Amino acid sequence: MNAITKRPSSLTQAQFHYCPGCGHSVVHRLVAEVIDELNIKDRAVVVAPVGCAVFADKYFDVDSIQGPHGRGPAIATGIKRAKPESIVFSYQGDGDLASIGMAEIVHAAARGENITVIFINNTIYGMTGGQMAPTTLVGQVATTAPKGRNEKLQGNPINVSEMLAQLKSAKYIERVSSDSAPNIIKAKKAIKKAFQNQLDGVGFSFVEVLSICPTNWGVTPLKGLEFLREKMIAQYPLGVFKDLTVANKEGK
Amino acid sequence: MAEKVLMKGNEALAEGAIRAGCRFFAGYPITPQNEVPEYMSWRQEEAGGAFVQAESEVSAINMLYGAAATGVRAMTSSSSPGLSLKQEGISYMAGADLPCLIVNIMRGGPGLGNIAGAQGDYTQATRGGGNGDYRTFVLAPFSVQELANFPKKAFELSEKYRVPAMILADGILGQMMEGMSFDFEPVDPKTLPQPCWAIGGKHADRARNMVFSYALGEGELEKMVLKRAERYALIERDEVIYEERDTQDAEVLIVAYGISARASIAAMNIARANGIKAGLLRPITLWPFPSKRIAELSKKVKAILCVEMSMGQMKVDVDLSVKNACPVYLHAKPGAFFPVAEEIAIAIESALKGRKDQLFNIEDLAKKAENKIYAVNNPVCKEGALL
Amino acid sequence: MYQGVRIAGFGGQGVVSAGVLLAQAGLVDGKAVSWYPSYGPEMRGGTANCSVVITDGEVSTPVVSAPDTAIVMNEPSLPKFEPLLKKGGLLIINSSLIKSKPKRNDIRVVYVDCNAIAEKVGSLKAANLVALGTFAGITGAISIDSIASAMKKVFKRAKPEILELNRKALEEGAKLK
Repeated sequence: MNAITKRPSSLTQAQFHYCPGCGHSVVHRLVAEVIDELNIKDRAVVVAPVGCAVFADKYFDVDSIQGPHGRGPAIATGIKRAKPESIVFSYQGDGDLASIGMAEIVHAAARGENITVIFINNTIYGMTGGQMAPTTLVGQVATTAPKGRNEKLQGNPINVSEMLAQLKSAKYIERVSSDSAPNIIKAKKAIKKAFQNQLDGVGFSFVEVLSICPTNWGVTPLKGLEFLREKMIAQYPLGVFKDLTVANKEGK
Repeated sequence: MAEKVLMKGNEALAEGAIRAGCRFFAGYPITPQNEVPEYMSWRQEEAGGAFVQAESEVSAINMLYGAAATGVRAMTSSSSPGLSLKQEGISYMAGADLPCLIVNIMRGGPGLGNIAGAQGDYTQATRGGGNGDYRTFVLAPFSVQELANFPKKAFELSEKYRVPAMILADGILGQMMEGMSFDFEPVDPKTLPQPCWAIGGKHADRARNMVFSYALGEGELEKMVLKRAERYALIERDEVIYEERDTQDAEVLIVAYGISARASIAAMNIARANGIKAGLLRPITLWPFPSKRIAELSKKVKAILCVEMSMGQMKVDVDLSVKNACPVYLHAKPGAFFPVAEEIAIAIESALKGRKDQLFNIEDLAKKAENKIYAVNNPVCKEGALL
Repeated sequence: MYQGVRIAGFGGQGVVSAGVLLAQAGLVDGKAVSWYPSYGPEMRGGTANCSVVITDGEVSTPVVSAPDTAIVMNEPSLPKFEPLLKKGGLLIINSSLIKSKPKRNDIRVVYVDCNAIAEKVGSLKAANLVALGTFAGITGAISIDSIASAMKKVFKRAKPEILELNRKALEEGAKLK
């Protein structure tokens, strides 16, 4: 019998604790495949966040550090500056990155840190139980917005990719989705590029992955995917917001 | 010993850290420690290390967390309000058992306070100022020479026990210049062993390492905290550092650290000239605190006088050591006023004679506050009643 | 020997660097020294000042709250530092810029036309050194030679002719009693 696929060697044998339908499992696998393909397992470092992905350090079979809520990009900066041969990636959710850690992500991008950031946007706080996130859509129900997010009271969602793309030192910003096979293939391509950039010394590379949270949205995974396609993408369009990879490589 | 040069405290500290092999610095501007990041900004580059001006104290301490996790000698510095912001990261580093150096050039507080030298962060520093059950080494220099020497000592202690180390100085020490010399061989970081727990770098020859402060399995955290407590107990037994002056025949023992100890030495000399036998114990490690020695001395002296630029924060540790073996008094200069030798000399005499009216008297303070508190609670209270 | 000195004036009059120079000179002589500046808001809007201690013993207090000598270079510094002086202390007044008279009669007052003397030797910038010269001449706490050799360490990039001019300013100041 011929094996057509196998568990990436950059994943440990630990079983994911993620809920059925959760996008983290898919993205973890994509990242692990990329680490395998780029042959960087012996110098990759994952910076695990606070949130559902707090145990990312248990799943990736690479060096790891788990840090305070939102501070991933600062920790990644410290590692990369102290040991530049490391390939450092910060893996963060939307509460972690877009709320409590907004300063850290903006300034890491502004400094043009040569790191990779994987940003999982599922419009809600997962670990703490479905509270409103900065990315929650207007009208979307959350445990701290039981009547739905009210634009007048809670304002509008933050589009992080568009915002970071404004910064001159951010080199590569793309938003992808984990909702379908074709989109997952595109997501992997983006993630691979974000790691390849770090290897090439290009600079700050950022991939936002739209993801579902059926548990906290209170829907089935299939309904969740519908919500992602119909509602989320309207607020968070997919695409490349910035790509200075080529220009920078030539200028190197 | 090398020829003495005139050097500013903050710069001597920064150069001392570089010579101790520090090759990573992250910090944020705040007075009165600005010379430290300024010096580091060019000196780290020259030494082949890294310098990052962070967007905040919070970010700086987390950069330190990342850098320290790679096993390099890494430091950050700040001043009081900045240290409040750094507590999150210090707690994580204590929980992850990482060696590192954190410097606090203290200024007046609480809040924005002022920018003059103060000692109001004693409790925060010695009790582990962040969340959870932990301690950090706290070294208290009292001269520019010690500011230059202590980074090396701090790194060595921190690495030996995998406990973060802090240097607790103040704005006066940071800003002043004194004659000093670098009397130790510079450490070449390449000669330091790569710790087995460190992350980062290329490592085909070892399994992965994990740096974290969590333990969510049942009973796991308790085990981690207890293991750390064993090390803390060993530190308290073996790593206490202090200096004594004229304690052999002392009737009054002054306990003072850092810049307060310098004024106390002058006061001690005045007292001795007036026929009062005063001696000084200067804690150099504030944690671990020289409790044992103070307890011994408390049985020989008639009174102890604590001199500090805070409201008896250090006195709490002295009280705990003395256990009522002799009276313990306080000469406090809070609000970033420098203790004056002549005033301390009066306090020494008052302590010897038990003249409480001449010393800080908590009962008096309570009486003073009584009427004012009433005014505050009164609906027609006047503006500024608290003052 | 113990000398606690406060030097005060406008930012730009070189009061802070005069202090560094004095401390460095003390170090050259093998004395224990300290220098401590005013900083932050204290520096804004008028006067800068610094404390210098030169002693045979240990420097206990780098903040000189009761100076043996106060050197005041501008008008606002006089009312600020005159009251702090020790009884019998020395007050050196830059009479080029200070028209008010001190109020105390338990101190020794010396008026020095610092700016004019400095201009005469070649540069207004040396006014602070004229005052230092006077301090050295009267107190004997430090010699002109020591200050001159300290200059080479403090003003590392100064040209020889500037150092020569500075020395002249010190010597002119030292003539005054």
